[in-house]
Amino acid sequence: MTARVGTTGLVFEEPLIWERSRSGRTGFSMPRRDVPEAPLPPGLEGEAPDLPELTEVDVVRHFTRLSQWNVSVDTTTYPLGSCTMKYNPRLHEAVVALEGLRTAHPLLPPALAQGPLRILWETERFLAEITGMDAVSLQPAAGAQGELTGILVIRAFLARRGERRTKILVPDTAHGTNPASAALCGLRPVPVASGPGGVLEPAAVEAVMDEDVAGIMVTNPNTLGLFEENLKEVAEIVHEKGGLVYCDGANLNALMGVVRMGDLGVDAMHLNLHKTFSAPHGGGGPGSGPLCVRAPLEPFLPVPRIVERPDGSLDLDHDRPLSVGRVHAFYGNFGVIVRAWAYIRSMGAEGLRRASELAVLNANYVKERLKDVLHLPYDRPCLHECVFTDRNQIPRKVTALDIAKRLIDYGYHPPTIYFPLVVRGALMIEPTETESKADLDGFIEALRAIAAEAEAEPQLLHDAPVQAKRRRLDEAAAARSPCLTG
Amino acid sequence: MKTLDELILPDDLRYTRDHEWARIEGDLVRVGITDYAQDQLGDVVYVELPEPGQTLGRGEEFGTVESVKAVSELYLPVGGEIVEVNAGLSDAPQLVNESPYDRGWMVLVRPSDPAEIEGLLDAEAYREHLEGIA
Repeated sequence: MTARVGTTGLVFEEPLIWERSRSGRTGFSMPRRDVPEAPLPPGLEGEAPDLPELTEVDVVRHFTRLSQWNVSVDTTTYPLGSCTMKYNPRLHEAVVALEGLRTAHPLLPPALAQGPLRILWETERFLAEITGMDAVSLQPAAGAQGELTGILVIRAFLARRGERRTKILVPDTAHGTNPASAALCGLRPVPVASGPGGVLEPAAVEAVMDEDVAGIMVTNPNTLGLFEENLKEVAEIVHEKGGLVYCDGANLNALMGVVRMGDLGVDAMHLNLHKTFSAPHGGGGPGSGPLCVRAPLEPFLPVPRIVERPDGSLDLDHDRPLSVGRVHAFYGNFGVIVRAWAYIRSMGAEGLRRASELAVLNANYVKERLKDVLHLPYDRPCLHECVFTDRNQIPRKVTALDIAKRLIDYGYHPPTIYFPLVVRGALMIEPTETESKADLDGFIEALRAIAAEAEAEPQLLHDAPVQAKRRRLDEAAAARSPCLTG
Repeated sequence: MKTLDELILPDDLRYTRDHEWARIEGDLVRVGITDYAQDQLGDVVYVELPEPGQTLGRGEEFGTVESVKAVSELYLPVGGEIVEVNAGLSDAPQLVNESPYDRGWMVLVRPSDPAEIEGLLDAEAYREHLEGIA
């Protein structure tokens, strides 16, 4: 057995931030007032919210201590499937902190914001090239909003053609947000079962495709980490009946520089800059979910659009009568986009392709080295992630949750569990390309040791984690009666 | 998690392949999810049920059940009017885990076509179905 990376040491206790509050404490000094005092408008008066009163040092210590309880990509391998928790190079932080970018106000007129606009414009061009699409909007704030915007655009395109279709096809290996985004647009999701190989079968699509179907939403690579190898054929079936093909590109990390979705018949897709393009994520954001479309859909993209004037300068064009409108203030989460731009520029075309190749290699390495101890439901080459189940451990009453919690004791972030839903007791592992072979070997040895413990001493897993600052948390009670304030 | 022989599958109920149960109570049919379903879901944290008075078809979605693992749709074993829902589940969703066939029931239905219940599985057929997917 390998040495555990988790160890003991001084870990600070820390109360809730409301418990640190002392009446009258404050974290900043108001500048001297240089305008006449004015009363609050009556409508704005009311009870103050219950906010803690703290000094700056209180706040810094509170969150620094909490961060020391945390397991993050800066401390350990973070194989959280479907989330692409790759390392975020520090170079991006240096770029985004450049004064001209950091201090640019979003209300600057375009003539005074040519630098930031150039970065946005170039990022759109890069993403169009990577996906094989024609036009890009960087506005959507995350993947699910990218999907929503994409379906709004498809619906507007169909409406312009005089059609009001009511259904959308969603395979069972798509991201769960896909049917939700479509339903929000008033489309009824029609589930399509994947075939025995874990991918979509053209016949299954043909059986449900008709003139009332607006299109299909395919996650590619899908949530099993498999390439939807029949996508081109599926796209032809959908196009033949007048539907459009939406691709959830959240898993693009497997395919950069290898496959362009536009070549496979995809009409619209979103990307997750906070996953594939290495902007930091976790803790709820901010994210960025650009929407990439083929030329016929471009007039429907959100306004404003960035346009290049004949003199080479960039401008914002609001005059797009067919647009679905704004989906985000200003032009999206600018800081995230700048980091993605820095990533693409520093990696280059070769580097991006290499990143995808290594992401796939790493996932297959983990899959091959663990499949004798963890049940592998789809034993075939995977892309950027592999899906095991707890089937071998269930006879010992050890579940995916127990295995995940025990990994914390070994100093690793748990994988995604119980997703995708089509696999019972799933453990979904996405190592990403930023883990070295030595890092992966440590992670693999930890899971092998845990599988042995599950045989010999299952109670160790039921009690886990025992090394972490907090023991097994009561997730059910937290969800049933959440306490969200002090 | 329970093994197949640990599951409770009462003989007086009918079952669906989607793991709902149905119990005939006079003119009405009471509906919930099976011991297998609650065991697979894990701790249930929220149950979304329809408004009474709605009429839904057989196999139509009548609500969702959310656990610490997943959100799952609930499908009506027999079509009909929802006459009552288990209001107790909004404060105590854990009843679905603790008492799936009794205090964890979900909806009471007045079937449009009582013959539909004959199309459901009996306990033995449902157990065979579970063996097939285990």
